[in-house]
Amino acid sequence: MKSFYRILSSFIVLVAFNTANAESIKWLHLFGEDSSQYPNMVRAVEEFEAKTGHTVVLQYLENESFKAKLPTMLQSNDRPDIFYSWGGGVMYDQARAGFLRDVSSVVPDSYLDTVSAAAADAFTFEGQRVGLPLQVSQVAWWYNKDLMSQAGIDVSQIKMWDDLLDAVKQIKAAGITPICMGGKDKWPVHFVWTHLHIRNGGKGLFLESLNNGGWDRPEYIRSGEQMLELVELEPFQKGWLAATWPDQAGFFGDGKCAMAFMGNWMYGAQASNSASGEGLADANMGMFNMPMTSGGIGDSGDTLGGINGWLFSSTASDAAVELMMHYVSLDIQKEDASNGAYIPIVKGADGSLTNPFLQQVAKNISNSEYHQIFYDQFLGADIGRVVNDVSTDLAAGIISAEEATQAVQEAWEFNQ
Amino acid sequence: MRSLKSQALLSRYSTLIIFLIPALTVFTLFVVLPIGEAAYYSFFRWNGYGDPEKYVGFKNYAYLFKNRVFIMSLKNNFYIIAVSLLVQLPFALLIALMISDKIKGATFFRTIFFLPYILAEIVTGLIWAYIYDGNYGLVATVWEFFGAEAPFIIADKDWALVAILIVVFWKFFGIHMMIYIAGLQAISKEVLEAAKVDGAGPITTAFRIKIPMLIPTIKLSVFLSLLGSLQLFDIIMPLTGGGPSNVTHSMVTYLYYFGVMRMKIGFGSAVGVVIFLICVFIAIGYQRTLMRDDNENKF
Repeated sequence: MKSFYRILSSFIVLVAFNTANAESIKWLHLFGEDSSQYPNMVRAVEEFEAKTGHTVVLQYLENESFKAKLPTMLQSNDRPDIFYSWGGGVMYDQARAGFLRDVSSVVPDSYLDTVSAAAADAFTFEGQRVGLPLQVSQVAWWYNKDLMSQAGIDVSQIKMWDDLLDAVKQIKAAGITPICMGGKDKWPVHFVWTHLHIRNGGKGLFLESLNNGGWDRPEYIRSGEQMLELVELEPFQKGWLAATWPDQAGFFGDGKCAMAFMGNWMYGAQASNSASGEGLADANMGMFNMPMTSGGIGDSGDTLGGINGWLFSSTASDAAVELMMHYVSLDIQKEDASNGAYIPIVKGADGSLTNPFLQQVAKNISNSEYHQIFYDQFLGADIGRVVNDVSTDLAAGIISAEEATQAVQEAWEFNQ
Repeated sequence: MRSLKSQALLSRYSTLIIFLIPALTVFTLFVVLPIGEAAYYSFFRWNGYGDPEKYVGFKNYAYLFKNRVFIMSLKNNFYIIAVSLLVQLPFALLIALMISDKIKGATFFRTIFFLPYILAEIVTGLIWAYIYDGNYGLVATVWEFFGAEAPFIIADKDWALVAILIVVFWKFFGIHMMIYIAGLQAISKEVLEAAKVDGAGPITTAFRIKIPMLIPTIKLSVFLSLLGSLQLFDIIMPLTGGGPSNVTHSMVTYLYYFGVMRMKIGFGSAVGVVIFLICVFIAIGYQRTLMRDDNENKF
């Protein structure tokens, strides 16, 4: 009987100890339950809870609400421990204001060795590790093979910007809408203008402008002029200014236009947003990189895209960091890669990519010497949205190339 | 005697104070303090993180009044007010005059006309975004029926604001109609019968008796319409989001897109202060001039 009481009391002490140490971790994300990466987020939570006894609360917010509510949430007592991030300017603002935790001491080098160095670096601020990366992405021209061949286009011949303009003319002449665009959301439009910046100015001019201004330099004005050359051809579908990004993906998936300039997430989105829900078959879809511009000083292999991941708020516990290291791990990333959820950053996981398009993107990024994070994220919320605005105004043909660059420069000066 | 008087006064004031405290507390907490805070923040360049530290004086205001989109959003608010006052309210009055009497089908029409007002504004915006869609919407169906190519109204810089004005008209004329009907039903039947005995027809009765007697109600309706127009937000968001090319912003959507979404909280606060001052100016001006007689009658 004595031993029974001894066992019982030890059990009670153990339970009490575990309960006292069990934490509740709040993980704020943007992935709906139908998202291809959601199942493995749940899996990571379940495994982590079983292993540690901690409780993880998954909190979902839609993209725009997330961006609008996060500043307030971070300043409240109800702040999430872990939240999604596109890195860049917004992350720097959060770190400067002291809302992020330096987790350098919690993340061992042995873990960092397992992830891509460039991706890991994207989540540091002044030498402090404030987050962990999850995935990379790239923006490219997606095309409908049937429609392109109907218009007599040989995609392999599109090497320069002028070749693309010729292709647009040819597609239009064949009675096909050349490009699907989601102008209401604006950010899809900014991909075109800013990728031209990358071709015309390269990494050097970007860094120079970032540090010392000069967003109105001739190389960037040239990007606007090139964009206007495209706009003059009226390449977008009717009503494109009222079309959202899902509309853009759906139109492309329905075969209503020959091309779309979009990130690799277009692969899944064109199917889920199409009228049939199936979209274009893999065999009918292709992808090519932004062509080079004549006189451009960038490299034709430079890429535009994202390095997205997770940040730790100022009060995040070590357990929150451990949860992320469990989630961003080889096993889960391999499974997500094989499901085509995203392009993983854990070394060796990209071998599980079975989707040929994602394989191509992973190859492009690894060959790229300069992978520029989306301008509208990297430059922070204010300048980023100005870039989106002027890109759309350029595409609508209501401002000049000079006015577009001046607006960005003014926004940069306003923020100094 | 004196002490009795002062006691009565004291008890009157203490009742007044007791009744005022809850209202004043709510007003101070939710109106005065936020406005005061916004006014303070408007002098800083602040992204909402941490404490505002970078004092910039009136620079946010200077930038605001130089900004093309803000000037356009001010103009848009003016157009919304103009359409509300010159088209919506007269139409609501006309319908109210037609269906305020107990005639056959009046209740049915009142319900039909009032229905749009019941819808949440965000839902209204979403429904009309679909109606205006040039691919699948009602507009597309009608145009296709006549063999024409459907326009994309909310993608057209010249027509997008007109599209919003139509929705504003459709959504809010029902409530003004109901206000007028309530006012019309309060008119004494004896007066109307006397007019009838004197040989006044429906038009004469409307212009000589009903509308003049409805003036206090009309003034109230104009006042509500003015303030509602200045605060328009929920309909624009799902319909155009201020686009295309920022031509359909109201001052409030401008504040949201250029202040909150860009994390320029100091600048956004400046926009908020300007909107507040415009509203206060109009409200006090209106109360002091057009509604002065009504207020005097009441007190």
